[in-house]
Amino acid sequence: MNRAPHSPWLYRFAIGTALATLALLSVGGLVTSKGVGMAVPDWPTSYGYNMFWLPISWWKGGVFYEHTHRLVAVFVGLLTSILAAWMWGRETTGRVRWAGWFTILALVLMLGHRGSGNAEGGAAGVPAHFKFLAGLMPALLIFSVAQCVRTRSALRWLAMSAFFAVILQGILGGFRVALYKDQIGIAHATLAQLFFTFICALALFLSRGWSDTDAKPTERERGLRCWFMVATLLIFFQLLLGATMRHQHAGLAIWDFPLAHGQAWPDTSVEAITRYNQQRAELVALNPITAVQVRLQMVHRILALLITIVVALSAWLTLKHAARGSVLRKVAVAWLALIALQMALGILTVLKNKPADLATAHVIVGALSFATGVVLLLLAWRVEILSFTRGGPVLSSPDGVVTN
Amino acid sequence: MKMTNWFLTTTALLAAAQFAAAADVTGKITLKGAPPEEKVLPLDPVCGKLHTVPLKTRFYVTDGKGGLADVFIYIKSGLTGAAPAPSATPAVLDQVGCEYTPYVIGVQVNQKMNVLNSDALLHNVHPTPIVEGNKEFNRAQLPKGPPISTAWPQSEILLRFKCDVHPWMFAYVGVVEHPYFAVSAKDGSFTIKNVPAGKYVIEALHRKTGKPVAKEVTVGANGAVADFTIELQ
Repeated sequence: MNRAPHSPWLYRFAIGTALATLALLSVGGLVTSKGVGMAVPDWPTSYGYNMFWLPISWWKGGVFYEHTHRLVAVFVGLLTSILAAWMWGRETTGRVRWAGWFTILALVLMLGHRGSGNAEGGAAGVPAHFKFLAGLMPALLIFSVAQCVRTRSALRWLAMSAFFAVILQGILGGFRVALYKDQIGIAHATLAQLFFTFICALALFLSRGWSDTDAKPTERERGLRCWFMVATLLIFFQLLLGATMRHQHAGLAIWDFPLAHGQAWPDTSVEAITRYNQQRAELVALNPITAVQVRLQMVHRILALLITIVVALSAWLTLKHAARGSVLRKVAVAWLALIALQMALGILTVLKNKPADLATAHVIVGALSFATGVVLLLLAWRVEILSFTRGGPVLSSPDGVVTN
Repeated sequence: MKMTNWFLTTTALLAAAQFAAAADVTGKITLKGAPPEEKVLPLDPVCGKLHTVPLKTRFYVTDGKGGLADVFIYIKSGLTGAAPAPSATPAVLDQVGCEYTPYVIGVQVNQKMNVLNSDALLHNVHPTPIVEGNKEFNRAQLPKGPPISTAWPQSEILLRFKCDVHPWMFAYVGVVEHPYFAVSAKDGSFTIKNVPAGKYVIEALHRKTGKPVAKEVTVGANGAVADFTIELQ
């Protein structure tokens, strides 16, 4: 996929962006775990201030976490803009280069203009140009992803997709605050995981090792792909479930393990749900538990078991069939370790009544598990991906592509 | 003009007659079953300094003899004619020591309600209604800042208020279309004042127990007594 020469600094920058995104995921996880997502009622301002000038004296209680989340998000947005501009500049010349840079700059400036601010929150406080961007970003994201496929080997379009995705992610977060919609929170949490994985994939494509080898995988190595695919899809579904459970703000629907409310399958009758709500001592403002949430947690548990089995089998088969010393073997073992850790964190989160630090660690290891699954998939299909990208319109690109 | 005078006099007489026939409904709420132990709230250092003893949850506030506090009791059905206008006196919900006080209050539809901040620190006033027509908002309230006034156009039992700066802070407001409601005291006692004579269904709801308990009562010249037992499952 790499057409321009390998740039160690660009690679390091992408790794830095991925690490910053992981930090952002941690702060975001803490915000949800502590139930303080609405502690700063207005957006894009913070208590009527430009968010960069909110006095330190205001950074107390939930404001500290939510405001830090916003600032780290801006930092990740800035890193992604630089990454996109850098990669765009590397692969283009002339007008195309300037057009890309102008687009990035114009969007950054639009985001920098915060409007007059309305400290009372609500949709009325959101400037009109943010509402315009909310409509524009999904369209630009779809367009740039389509361009990735059309141009076959253009990393610049991948980077541009990441840039549009990070803007969309910021807008989703802001609209969740301004419109008081938990559903937007689910989309915000899911896109966060996808964005992190996307940046990890980008860093992989920029690594020296990515395009170094043309060694074709053996038949047995090819057989591993479906295991990686199934496990990664299961993990993604699990992340969706987790995001849905967390953003319903109802806390733990089941607080014992391995049983569930003392049974193998918990009672979800109206009487039982009333009893659960009567018994639990929620320490923060939570919505009442519903039967759906109890069932969701059961599905989450079953899926966790299934993922552990599939990932363990994948790792075992990889160790058996992949060449000694191959990256695939190392990543597969790391994947299994992550899943084991994730399982332990999930159990502890339940048994300790969902403390914010454990619940956040569970989110982070979940994100790492999904990203590792995607990296494994890309590694397993590396030769095909490279072959596809090398067959692209390398020399005669209509949009000013630089070739190696 | 004569017609108007006649109308006003009749209305006044009717209102006076109704008031004369009005009486109180009293009663007691008893909790059956052992409630779970209250937990210590996870206060942050700033709020923690405001208390000498750890602050606990207020799910089942009892007097130790079965009396249960914070139960919202109201006339559910049986009222005829238009409801009296809301009281001109605003209902008050205060924030003291990083806690909403009281934990449960009642207001009439469209009655003014003032949310105060008696603390020397920032709070967010964030009601989360679920009934259409009652609008959610989230407003910052500065340390000892001016009250935030609101009113609710639709009946909603119980409407939650929270503070997102201090997520352990939450309280509930029972919004009903008439002024015939009460919240039980620590000994479980309550009084619904000036209920017109008639036959009614009275309902009692404790936020945590979830299931409302209803009773039919007939209010006469001497009022009525309605005791409720709320059972834990």
